[in-house]
Amino acid sequence: MVVAQVSSPEVADPGARFLAEVRAKTAGVSRLEMCIQCGSCGGSCPSADAMDHTPRRLFALIRAGKRDEVLRSNTPWMCLSCYHCVVRCPQDILITDVMYALKVMAEEEHTYPNNVGPDFTGVFIGQARHFGRSWEMGLTARHYLRHFIPRLPRMTPMALGLFRHGRIGILPHQIHQKKQLQAILRRADELERAR
Amino acid sequence: MTNYLYYPGCSMEGSGRSYRESLEGICEPLGITFEEIDDWNCCGATEYVSLSTTPAYAMIARNLAIAAAEKKGTEPLVAACSACYLNLAKADHYMAQQPALNARVNDALGAGGLHYDPGTVKVRHLLEVILNDVGLDKVKAAVKKPLTGLKVAPYLGCMVPRPDVDGAYTNHEQPNDLDRLLRALGAEVVDYPLKTECCGGHMTQIAPRVGLELIRRLVAEAERREAVMMVTVCPMCQINIDAYQGEMNAMFHTHYKMPIVFFTQLMGVAFGIEPKKVGVGREYTNASKTLAKALKAAPELALAAAGAAPVARRPRPDKRALPMPRMADSEVEK
Repeated sequence: MVVAQVSSPEVADPGARFLAEVRAKTAGVSRLEMCIQCGSCGGSCPSADAMDHTPRRLFALIRAGKRDEVLRSNTPWMCLSCYHCVVRCPQDILITDVMYALKVMAEEEHTYPNNVGPDFTGVFIGQARHFGRSWEMGLTARHYLRHFIPRLPRMTPMALGLFRHGRIGILPHQIHQKKQLQAILRRADELERAR
Repeated sequence: MTNYLYYPGCSMEGSGRSYRESLEGICEPLGITFEEIDDWNCCGATEYVSLSTTPAYAMIARNLAIAAAEKKGTEPLVAACSACYLNLAKADHYMAQQPALNARVNDALGAGGLHYDPGTVKVRHLLEVILNDVGLDKVKAAVKKPLTGLKVAPYLGCMVPRPDVDGAYTNHEQPNDLDRLLRALGAEVVDYPLKTECCGGHMTQIAPRVGLELIRRLVAEAERREAVMMVTVCPMCQINIDAYQGEMNAMFHTHYKMPIVFFTQLMGVAFGIEPKKVGVGREYTNASKTLAKALKAAPELALAAAGAAPVARRPRPDKRALPMPRMADSEVEK
């Protein structure tokens, strides 16, 4: 894939600086600088009505250097990772990956709009790092007790149903080489910080 | 027997247990074997990539490194869960595309004595393997109890047809892969335009209103199209639509009771395996009765279909009507 370079991090313009920062944080080749503001992304998005900015507007805000507004937006947190926008984008922008990058940045700077999403992610990954596997029971029990007490009356029979159908275990599954996995992840953390 | 490396993923051992049970059941009739890679770890779902990039990809790549070491020939690594499949495929793809990411990930893997060269392992999804490697002829030949008359809505979800890093899909929005497979089992596949819409993923956990509305759309459309059950390829879609249907009904004051099963479960049943052995009955909205009813009626329906009465031809589209997308003849399963 040919990647066009239209902005460089040296540029003094805050918009270009922020754009370069987001591009560097994106896992894939974002092509975010290629956005033509057509709005196919927002039009394709099943959760656009829950977002405070559509993806198109968010990308315009990035270019305008509105760092604070972008990182406080709930848009990346409402992204479902359904990739509708990605396959429809005429400029092949990796919108989902850009949303992930914005979430990473918001988490680093604690600017997320509310802590339900970050908390869920944090606990999920904390457990996956520790056990090597996700732990459905521990994760959901903790999450509902912390954030959704009103949903508990309905959720309790659901959890019991999962037990009855043999679909959830109380104790987590664990991998044998937990130490190896943790060593890999510690080194990865160092490398990520050094970026 | 063709052998494949197999990455189950965490859900297959918990909430998606019936997927695993049915997958084990259909291997023999299809002439394939799956060899689970040793001591695999969680792929991080869509969570780790939202938290930190290098560790997220290192966590995925550990599985790829294990698979590469266990590989004997050219066998691919098969995942059944959509999110696991996409994570593994995407990590391989991005590492090949970006030397900087590759270097960081391999540096991290080195701390655990592992290494992975991108491109060594080919990551594939179960559905695509069954369609392209096994083939529909073999599937049809294995059918002992055709599901004639069972009206199903094929629900593929997002992450299998999109973003499609390997270019396995020509159509990202209305692919007919699952339709063709289910039709080979004898089932009646309803036209289900929401087949690749999103089930909400983790939204049922972090923003219930958003997640439940997406589930409502999917279930309501399946019901409107007169499907008696939905069929999925992903454990996340299954649990969202199955387990949260009650909460969704309460929120929108609706009364849907739409069972949702894995496509491998229907394959198992059509291959003559007892429904319970392929995990039917583990759902919230129990599919057993619907399935039993269909199986009972199926032989008569099949006889009637094979009888002298000519099958009514599809009416020609009105010339004055707006052009509608239609399946090409080559795609229609005879």
